Order: sequence, then C-alpha cells, then structure tokens
Amino acid sequence: MTAILTVRDLRARIAGQQVVEDVSFDVAEHGVTALLGRNGVGKSSTIKALLGLYERTGEVTFAGQRIDGLLTHRIVQQGIAYVPEDREVFGQLTVEENLRLAERGGAPNRGIVAELFPELIERAKQQAGTLSGGQQQMVSLSRALMNDNRLLLVDEPTKGLAPLIVGTVTKALEAAAERTPMLLVEQNLQVVRALAHTVIVLSGGRVVHTGPAAAFLDSDLVHRHLGVSTDQEAA
Amino acid sequence: MTTVLLLLITGVGLGALYFLVASGLSLIYGLMGVLNFAHGSFLTLAGFLGWEVGRRVGDGSWAGLLTGMLVGLVVGALVAAITELVFIRPLYNRHIEQVLVTVGLGLASVALFEGIWGTDPIQIRLPEWLGQTTDVLGANIPNDRWLLIGSAALVLVGIVLFLQKTSYGLVIRAGVENRTMVTALGIDVRRAFTIVFAIGGAAAGLGGVLASVYYGQVGAHQGTSLLIYAFIVTVIGGLGSLSGAAIASVLVAVIQQFANFYLGGTGDLAVVLALAAVLLVRPTGLMGKVKH
Repeated sequence: MTAILTVRDLRARIAGQQVVEDVSFDVAEHGVTALLGRNGVGKSSTIKALLGLYERTGEVTFAGQRIDGLLTHRIVQQGIAYVPEDREVFGQLTVEENLRLAERGGAPNRGIVAELFPELIERAKQQAGTLSGGQQQMVSLSRALMNDNRLLLVDEPTKGLAPLIVGTVTKALEAAAERTPMLLVEQNLQVVRALAHTVIVLSGGRVVHTGPAAAFLDSDLVHRHLGVSTDQEAA
Repeated sequence: MTTVLLLLITGVGLGALYFLVASGLSLIYGLMGVLNFAHGSFLTLAGFLGWEVGRRVGDGSWAGLLTGMLVGLVVGALVAAITELVFIRPLYNRHIEQVLVTVGLGLASVALFEGIWGTDPIQIRLPEWLGQTTDVLGANIPNDRWLLIGSAALVLVGIVLFLQKTSYGLVIRAGVENRTMVTALGIDVRRAFTIVFAIGGAAAGLGGVLASVYYGQVGAHQGTSLLIYAFIVTVIGGLGSLSGAAIASVLVAVIQQFANFYLGGTGDLAVVLALAAVLLVRPTGLMGKVKH
C-alpha cells in the first residue's frame, strides 16, 4: 500500500493534558481509511493534531513532505480538507458565505454542491445557524468537497443525523472517496463497512489494530476494541 | 422636556465618542481574544498629532480640524497595525502575554506623551461654529455634538460596509464566530488580525481628535480615561459585537448624562451599576455570542 499520509510517534496535548499518545499509522493514497475506537480514545484529537490545531510532537509526512512544523492554514493549503465533528458551520453567515469563505485556489467546484446537495442552492441566502443538523452537515461537507483536495479528514460526519440524511451523507462521501483519499472517523459501523477498506483502531491513545475493514468488522475484535458486537452493528 | 432632549442628544454625542473607541476594542477582542489596553494610546497619539498638523494648516479653522481628523485616522491605523505586527503577532495564541504587552505599551506611551507634550492638557482652538449651539425644540444643543454623532455614524456605516461587502470582512465576521475553523479552511487569519487592529486604530484615532473637540483640550491621559468607558461599553454590548458596541455606547452615555443631572453627579456610579446589572442578567453582554 502506498501512503499519502504517514504519521509517526504523534503525541498531542491540550491545556497540558495528553490527548494523543504515541500514535503511528499510514493513510492509503486511495479510498477510505477509517480511524476507529471507543468514545474519548483520541480519534478527533488525532485529526486535530494532524492539522496543527493542538500542540503536538512527532512526524507527519504528507505526499512526501513533512507538515508537522506547519501552521494549520498552511497544512490545509497543501490540499488537506477538514470536515469537523459537530459541523462547525458559521451560524451567523449565510450558506453562500460559508461556501465562499471555504473556496481555495483558482477553480473551486461549486457544481459539486448543486450535484450532491441541491437544497443548499435553494437555501443560499439562509443563515447557516438556522439550518437543520443534516443541512449543516451538507454545508460542512460542501466546504471541503468543492476544493481540489489531495486528502480529506472527515470527523464523525453522521453523528446525530436522521437515518435518511445518513444515507445522503454516506453517498456523498462515497463519491468523494472515488476522487480523493480519506481518513474517516466514524462511530456508525454500517457507514464504515460501506466506505472503508482499511481500519486503524485506537485504544488508550495508541494504535492497537490495523487491517482490512471487512475482516475487522466480521471478527470479535470489534467487540474487544469497540465494545459492540457485529449484531449491534447490523441493528 | 427641553432638558430631557438636551441630555438625550448630548448623551448620544458622548456615546458617539465612546463608540469610536469601543468599536475597535470589540472587534479586536472578538476576533483575537485580546483585550487591547494600548487602544487608548492610539487615541492619545492621534489626538496630539492631529492637533499638531491641524493647527499648522489653520489653527481654529475647519481646514485645520478636518486635516487633523484625517491625520488622526491615518495615525491611528498605522500605529495600531505596527503594534499588531511588532508586538502582538510574535505572541500568537499567547493571550496573557499579548494582554500584558498592551498594558505595558499603554503605560509607557503615557509617560512618552507627557515627556513630549507635558503633563498638563493643552487648550485647543476650534472653528467658531463648534462653540455655538443649535436650537432643537427649545433645547440648545452644543454644535460639537453634531460633529461627533455624524462622524461616528459614518464610521459605523463604513465598518459595516467593510464587514459585509469585502472578502476580508467575511473572514473577520467568521473569525469572530470561530477563529479556529477559519484557519482550518486554509485561511491565514493573522492578516485579518492586522486589518482589524488598523480599523480599530483608525476609529480610535478619529476618536482622539474628536475627543479634543469635545473636551476643548488635548492631553496625555485622554486615551486612558476614555478607555475605561470603552471597556465598559464593550462588555455591556457583548465582546465582539459591533452593533452591541454601538447600542451600548449610546446607552452608557445617556445613562451617565441623566444620572449626572438628576441624581447629583452620580453618572459614573450609574454606569458601573449598569455594567454589573448586565453581567448578572446576561453575562455575554447585550449582543455577545463570542466563542473560540
């Protein structure tokens, strides 16, 4: 497997508290790599540390270049898009302004927004804070997907969404993953099964398992590392 | 009724002065999380330099005053931008150190101004019309209040247009709401920091010249005394809210005027009580929604 992103000995702290301990993994240059683990294990913190949003040490190499010494905006400008947990749209800005703010480079692909989430076009003038959770997730995903990225970091994209919206979001991620590799943090194992080819499992702030997604999801490792059974996943 | 009208309009005039100082403070805190204690220094320096240039153009003339106001705007913007680039930017994300630097600048600059222009305020000459009054429904309103109100209204409209119509304005509005997410979209938010400092400095600089019109003098401590009210206004309005700063400026000044007249000169006490009431009932201020 060729890696677009390699992470070695990543450690991160927030307000003096260690939130990521000695994490090392690779993200494949194609498809979706899922970062799994129980609540509070450091998955979101790992992504934020990669982006330089948390104070961190260790080696992070993206497309052959070290990025661990760069400021967040420089890392993103390398072609790494971030879809944060809890959407984090700018609630006081309109949908259109949220999208305009996210445009990078010369040719942002607004067409993809119309293609994946047509209702956002109708709501262009609406304040993003007044949208439903699902619509806010569409804005958050659009901000990332309309740029020409080389890697997507997507954190809990289906969290708190209605089943119908989960399906829409999953399809959008599937389409995005055909063009751009993705590191996905996701609690919904059905979504992981639909999208990911590889899983990296964190426990106690460290990587405890790496391997093919299907084999992991069908094994009792799911119960051991995530505390759920394959039956629960299906439910 | 005449007295009420007089107090109301003179209160709005004083509020205009508070707004010129508080608008920058509020935007700077909203975007950067920095309480800028050097803001009063921008005001004082601009007041002095505006007066120095203005009196050379025409002491007591409109040409001199308008030139002074322009100089105040430019000096305020430049000094504020330099302060941000030289003192604040190297301390990126170290908010306590940033605040301490601004406190140090605020204290040191007053000593510098006293060294250059002396410790006593300097009386200034103004266009004759500003010393006269205009009759409004029987109330004789000092004309300088119209200049203050008009200038602050123009600044408010200018800042709103900048925030609403420009790409940097969009970054600033987003940054006030969630600075971290702005950087996570690949935007160098530090450029917006410099712009916000410059805008705030320009408004404070204009405020410095207009403060000298209001008080009829220019002095080394002018910025410090106005800064206290500006902080109160900023907190009451809601840190980071421009409209909150505008509303709170007028509220604070009008309360101050009425309390001074009707409650035996207790204007300052009334303002502090208003601050306490707002903090107890609505700790984020009237229109504050800041989150970092």
